Amino acid sequence: MFRRWCIGFVFLGVAAHGADAQNPLAGDAKAAKAGEYEFRINCALCHGLGARGGGRGPDLTRAVKKHTHSDADMFQVISNGIAGTAMPANGTNGQGVGMTDEEIWQIITYIRSQEVKAPGQPLGNAARGKNLFYGDANCSLCHMVEGKGGRLGPELTGVGGSRTRDAIIDSVRNPSRRLAWGLTESTKEFPQEYESVTVVTADGKQIKGVTLNEDSFSVQIMDMNEQIHLLEKNKLLSFQKTRESAMPKYGTDTLSDKELEDIVAYLISVGAK
Amino acid sequence: MRACGRDRIGVGISRRCSRVVARGAYETFAQLWKSGASAPRHNALGPAGFSPSGPQGLKASVQCVRNAALEGPLFHGSGGGVARVLMIWLALGLFASTTRAQVTFERLVNSAKEPQNWMTYSGDYSGKRFSGLDQVNITNARTLVAKWVYQTGATGKLETTPLVVDGIMYATAQDDRAFALDARTGRPIWMYQRQIPSDIRPCCGHVNRGLAILGDKVFLGTLDAHVIALDAKTGAVVWDVTAADYRTGFSFTGAPLAVKGLIVIGVSGGEYGVRGFIDAYNASTGERKWRFYTVPGPGEPGHDTWEGDSWKVGGAPAWNTGTYDAVTNQIFWPTGNPAPSNRGEGRAGDNLYSNSLLALNADTGKMNWYFQFTKHDEHDWDATQVPVMIEAAGKHLIAQANRNGFFYVVDRSTGKLISANAYGKTTWSDTKDAEGRPIANKDASPTLEGHTVCPGALGTTNFMAPTYDPQTALFYVTARDQCDIFSTAPQPYEAGHAFYGSAYFPSEDARPYRGFLKAIDPPTGEIKWKFDHTSPTWSGVLSTAGGLVFSGDAEGNFIAFEAKAGKPLWHFQMGGAVYAAPMAFAVDGKEYVAIAAGSAVYAFGLP
Repeated sequence: MFRRWCIGFVFLGVAAHGADAQNPLAGDAKAAKAGEYEFRINCALCHGLGARGGGRGPDLTRAVKKHTHSDADMFQVISNGIAGTAMPANGTNGQGVGMTDEEIWQIITYIRSQEVKAPGQPLGNAARGKNLFYGDANCSLCHMVEGKGGRLGPELTGVGGSRTRDAIIDSVRNPSRRLAWGLTESTKEFPQEYESVTVVTADGKQIKGVTLNEDSFSVQIMDMNEQIHLLEKNKLLSFQKTRESAMPKYGTDTLSDKELEDIVAYLISVGAK
Repeated sequence: MRACGRDRIGVGISRRCSRVVARGAYETFAQLWKSGASAPRHNALGPAGFSPSGPQGLKASVQCVRNAALEGPLFHGSGGGVARVLMIWLALGLFASTTRAQVTFERLVNSAKEPQNWMTYSGDYSGKRFSGLDQVNITNARTLVAKWVYQTGATGKLETTPLVVDGIMYATAQDDRAFALDARTGRPIWMYQRQIPSDIRPCCGHVNRGLAILGDKVFLGTLDAHVIALDAKTGAVVWDVTAADYRTGFSFTGAPLAVKGLIVIGVSGGEYGVRGFIDAYNASTGERKWRFYTVPGPGEPGHDTWEGDSWKVGGAPAWNTGTYDAVTNQIFWPTGNPAPSNRGEGRAGDNLYSNSLLALNADTGKMNWYFQFTKHDEHDWDATQVPVMIEAAGKHLIAQANRNGFFYVVDRSTGKLISANAYGKTTWSDTKDAEGRPIANKDASPTLEGHTVCPGALGTTNFMAPTYDPQTALFYVTARDQCDIFSTAPQPYEAGHAFYGSAYFPSEDARPYRGFLKAIDPPTGEIKWKFDHTSPTWSGVLSTAGGLVFSGDAEGNFIAFEAKAGKPLWHFQMGGAVYAAPMAFAVDGKEYVAIAAGSAVYAFGLP
């Protein structure tokens, strides 16, 4: 019975953090150092070693963040995760140790110490980027943003908020270097990595597309015409999968650096909303 | 929040057992029961937290136990003659309450004589995870069907291997749940859930891998570092002892091993800088008989393999289940990583007995010999994989597929290394020492910038139980090829806080990560066959006398393979990833294969 009371208090405590808690370690350099180690262990997988983001998680050195403003918000997000995103609640990714409140505050102190107060403005022009996205650059043939566009590639409405500029540029210039980063196993919700696939069915029909899902015995494919095929592997004449992306490689001859910056600016303008 | 409401159990207790076969026997038994000849030993109202179902629920569950005991294989698989003999026993009162439910040490030693039962974590003391049942075999496996599914209501990773004794299944689930089921139907007989403190911080989920059974009790190691005995018929707590303080990082996640009158269990907590140990408790009373510290203290041999005071927080947990050789009365128990797990600075030396195989005298806990797989580990390569006792060319051996990517064969009389061969992708060791043990390359240590090493911290294999099939003489293990970037993060030790010393995450350059089921020939280390999973899996493996190997995958399939060549013969989509190992049992002369996946336990059999 005593424990249930305790749990109740803990709960209230967390709620209080969310409402108006102050970071008890704010500005403490020693706490920031401890936070850096905690960050490496618990956060760097997605947010990068220096909190500058990566192919999975947003750059946390941006002073303006999408989901958090105050330290208390950040405490809530780290404790409880963000529903509908890959951000897990503390201690729930199935690997590693959950953090104590103190350790979470250390991480927040560290992140604050890394923030760049006056981040550079996007280099490109978002309006021009939008025109390119839906026009000459052909992005929307395969990618959807805010409900408009194709389905063959990843949906990109949120990508400007959750990926760094560098990661987006790299994905356009070298789409096969990393396929759409499937979340790693520990936080994996859905396995789609947009691997390219070519199969030949029993009646000799060839299907090319990307995998939506797959196990040892079946595969679910979207073909280039956005048709979904549900196939049993043992009934196929052939099944070939590559990590060569179905997305064409955009060199500077087809998309100049300036045009690419425009598209990035567009994606950031949408994703940071 | 997690602990709220978890004490509300007892819902769903079977109020009625519908099948009463062997009716005459049941009535005789019931009369004896009423007359007191077989009165239950415990008249408690039930385990802590059992109250919602109350005495009525308890009564119902007890009746189910009685029925199940009588409907066991002895009655149904043995014909009228045996049944008549049993009737006479019953009439004479010889059957009493202690017959089938009692699991003696002798039964455990001779478990091969009753293949219908699965009485220890690995199926027998040797750790082979091999079932002598052959009703399900290579000719009929393709017709397997799901017989029942039991939903545990737990979330997270279900790592349990169920036990089955005389028609009753005993298993565990997350947050220290334990339950008993009618093994033919999956209907629950009793359920127990510990009220675990809200501030426990087990490293890798609120998991549990199973129970031990001895006498009329089952035994559970808990997340808050207690060892408890539950009445096998009711789930009532018989004794509860504190092994260590969970607030400093200790916990139990592995299944205990019942040996003679002792319950042997190793502690978890290698991520917190605990000082590891293996304990043995008197099964009747809970009194601790011995403790073996896996990190030697001052004055003890091996203490000088630790720098300064580093031994005090040296880790070397022992969180999986060992094996036992009744002939030499030795327990073989494997240990885990030194702490901090990914940083060797500050603990110069071999760090005994981390990442070692220990041979302990079962009665005293005294060490006869040890073999250390990875010296001075900096990559979290716990050597806690099941040490499987095998016989080859007249030699008594132990085979272990180690997390560090090498397959070791050790002489189990002496602890001397026979062979060590890589069975997966390894980059950390290019040379071996004079004994033949792989030793780490100089550049394998974590760095500030991050350094890629294969295997990664999760290892080539991990806790997933392997199997050795004496019919094919092959060792089957779930393996993965994944490399991690190891980057230092030199945290100071603080009691109860994570103490890794480095961060690691999957190296994208090494993608895609591959997962396999591999069949290894122990004498040569040769991979005889492998099956490519779509992605790495955490499933254990079972072999059976039916010429089959069973395993699961991360995509939720349960798969039957032909043991000789690895051809998949049958599969079933269970709808949840597998983190558990399969086992086999028989009731009423019918073979079942069971495995946990998602939040449920599944049992399969022939139509």
